[in-house]
Amino acid sequence: MDFGFTEQEEAGRQEIREFLRQELGTVRTWTTPGEAISKDFTRKLAEKGWLGVGWPTEYGGLGRPYTEQLIYSEETMYYGAPSGSHILAQNMVGPTLIRVGSEEQKREYLPRILRGEITFCLGYTEPNAGSDLANCQTTAVPEGDDFIINGQKMFTSFAGQADYAWMTVRTDPNAPKKHRGISMFIVDMKTPGITVRPLETMWDYSLYEVFFENVRVPKNAVVGELNQGWHYLTVALDHERVFMGGVVAQHRRFFGELVEYAKNTYRNGKPLSKDPIVRQRLAQLATDLEIGRLFAYRVAWILGKEVIPFAEASMTKIFTSELEQRLANTAMQILGLYGPLGRGSRAPFDGYAGWEYKFSLMQAVGGGSNEIERILIAIAGLGLPRP
Amino acid sequence: MDLDLTEEQEMLRTMARDFLTKECPKTLVRELEEDEKGYSPELWRKMAELGWMGLVLPEEHGGMDMGFMDLIILLQEMGRNIVPGPFFCSVVLGSLPILSAGTEEQKKRFLPEIASGEMILTMALYEPNARYDASGVETKAVAQDNNFVINGTKLFVENAHIADYMICVTRTQEGASPEEGISLFLVDSKSPGIKCQVIPTMADDKLCEVVLENVSVPKENMLGELDKGWRIVTRALEHAIMAKCAEMVGGSEAVLDMTLDYVKERVQYGKPIGSFQVIQHYCANMWTNVATSRNLLYKVAWDLGEGLPVAKEIAMAKGWINQAYKFVTERAIQCHGAIGLTRDHDVGLYYRRAKAAELAFGDTDFQKELVAQQMGL
Ligand SMILES: Cc1cc2nc3c(=O)[nH]c(=O)nc-3n(C[C@H](O)[C@H](O)[C@H](O)COP(=O)(O)OP(=O)(O)OC[C@H]3O[C@@H](n4cnc5c(N)ncnc54)[C@H](O)[C@@H]3O)c2cc1C
Repeated sequence: MDFGFTEQEEAGRQEIREFLRQELGTVRTWTTPGEAISKDFTRKLAEKGWLGVGWPTEYGGLGRPYTEQLIYSEETMYYGAPSGSHILAQNMVGPTLIRVGSEEQKREYLPRILRGEITFCLGYTEPNAGSDLANCQTTAVPEGDDFIINGQKMFTSFAGQADYAWMTVRTDPNAPKKHRGISMFIVDMKTPGITVRPLETMWDYSLYEVFFENVRVPKNAVVGELNQGWHYLTVALDHERVFMGGVVAQHRRFFGELVEYAKNTYRNGKPLSKDPIVRQRLAQLATDLEIGRLFAYRVAWILGKEVIPFAEASMTKIFTSELEQRLANTAMQILGLYGPLGRGSRAPFDGYAGWEYKFSLMQAVGGGSNEIERILIAIAGLGLPRP
Repeated sequence: MDLDLTEEQEMLRTMARDFLTKECPKTLVRELEEDEKGYSPELWRKMAELGWMGLVLPEEHGGMDMGFMDLIILLQEMGRNIVPGPFFCSVVLGSLPILSAGTEEQKKRFLPEIASGEMILTMALYEPNARYDASGVETKAVAQDNNFVINGTKLFVENAHIADYMICVTRTQEGASPEEGISLFLVDSKSPGIKCQVIPTMADDKLCEVVLENVSVPKENMLGELDKGWRIVTRALEHAIMAKCAEMVGGSEAVLDMTLDYVKERVQYGKPIGSFQVIQHYCANMWTNVATSRNLLYKVAWDLGEGLPVAKEIAMAKGWINQAYKFVTERAIQCHGAIGLTRDHDVGLYYRRAKAAELAFGDTDFQKELVAQQMGL
């Protein structure tokens, strides 16, 4: 056993850190990873080969272990790098295609993902298929050499900017079990018949609704085999949860700033950091952050063994999402009356704490709600009977 | 013992609920979040016509002579509808201290106009040091001929941008304790030397920064005695905290109702999500929080209305209700899933306000400390 980083890993960390410092400066900006989109920045990462750190060399990756890839994503998260153009392709679509895609699809998409040229959105959720993704009602019906898609997706992140949708559709309405009749499609977002409408969130970012009206796509839009979409979905979702667990690094930075604030802000005649309650909370958060980070490495380690860490991925996602809410709450508590003040006021961190207090709700719902994740841990991880 | 509302109170509640459901829909709430003034003069006028601004004021001052508990019931309904505007600051923070500490002159001058809704008041208490206690008051007032001259910065002042007068809490002397040497003034907000700016906030509740530079106030505008103003503030805060609690309880009731409707109607896996045990437990816990909060609210508000000692009880109530409202709104969003996170969904309006309310007049840590002190610890 060896929990240490190798020289190569340390060198990699230093290199990307230096790069990020130069590109983004040392002042943390407001954009959270995953939300901000910059094709330019994505291309710069691509030029360094950093989009494919953990991808196999035969597909143009660096062939490094997942644990090493995590180092790179930790650093980009920490620096709040704009990742909206690549995170989904890099962490979910790409790895899933490598596992299950056809040779043609691999040739078509993987190199362009690695060059930072194309972006994806994930179309799973629908009005009647939230947690119950198998209830997917968007249909794809064969017609000649094509499929015709009709239906609606909802809460689709990045749909307004993405080049492609990676999406579930119902291809066998008569399947004995709902999840057996679902296929995964890659759909060009510029195809006629697709309309995208923004859906504003409480924290001032848009999600989207995507409408499909007689959208004609070629047969090779089908990922892997027809009606095997459910399996691909679970693989992709698992990768998504692994990724969501990695966001701990982003919280580490805000936490560091909060600690500085507590040290330098006097209330009741002494620094906030000397207040026993504040100390307890900060110490708890420090512990949580350490646990979250270590566990993310454990999950990456398992993934590196070509094992899909179903239960562990759910654990890391739950733990991190709840940690984020505790962090936001503690920040608000420490800021007191200043907590609710918004951007462009006298608020510390330019109102980031209040924004984070709203945003922090999202991880406990998105990517599979924590309730469903806990059920997954119980069933897939512990072998408990289904309810 | 009689733990029921009186018939009149039931009527007041029904009337308020019907009126606000009709006159203050969420579309208006959202509109006013963006609005510079932050309130609807039309709704304000209608509320005044119903006598709400003068609910607890004596008839001789244009009021309806009702009790504090009646005001609590009205505020509960206002919290349920998250009614935007200066009701809280004008009635609770403005009129009550004048009623309890004002001279006959001042009562005659201010109360009828507050009751009729023509005049809006607020209280300028907190400052950039963000302290809840008396030592936070650093703004200075110095006697000069027949006036006092005020200098300092007030922060987190509710609706100062539309207030006609503000009760400004100032330090007139460095006393032996922070509570000594504090004096209150009724300051015309159009006085020369006042700069007021609305701050963007999470609840869009129109908190202001008010800078006072050599603001001259006539002596007769002093509220209460020189250097003995903190007692008035303490009493005002007691009422304000219970009033805030009433709004919070009303808000949590609305959120619970909204959630129950949703979990009965939203179907996943072929069943209403309200049939899943985890959602049932969330809802049961939410209800327990609402029910205990409401009970505590009524008890402590009743104590306060009866003039019983309440320092510990008020701190307990605010500490508990802070947590309850936050818990209820947060679980409500979790029960709603992604739709609850969208800007157009009502539950988020409450979530944002719950946090702002929690931090107003002392968060739970602060209140627990007060409870400990009251226990002689
Ligand atoms: C910020 C954000 C970004 C998103 N991005 C995307 C995206 O890019 N692509 C995409 O496809 N989707 C996306 N989503 C949607 C997300 O995947 C869904 O919100 C999530 O799966 C939950 O579905 P729902 O919101 O419909 O909630 P519901 O499924 O309606 O759930 C409501 C509540 O009921 C609970 N519940 C449901 N079923 C059960 C059960 N069987 N047992 C116990 N409890 C249950 C849930 O846990 C939840 O608390 C995003 C969501 C958010 C918030």
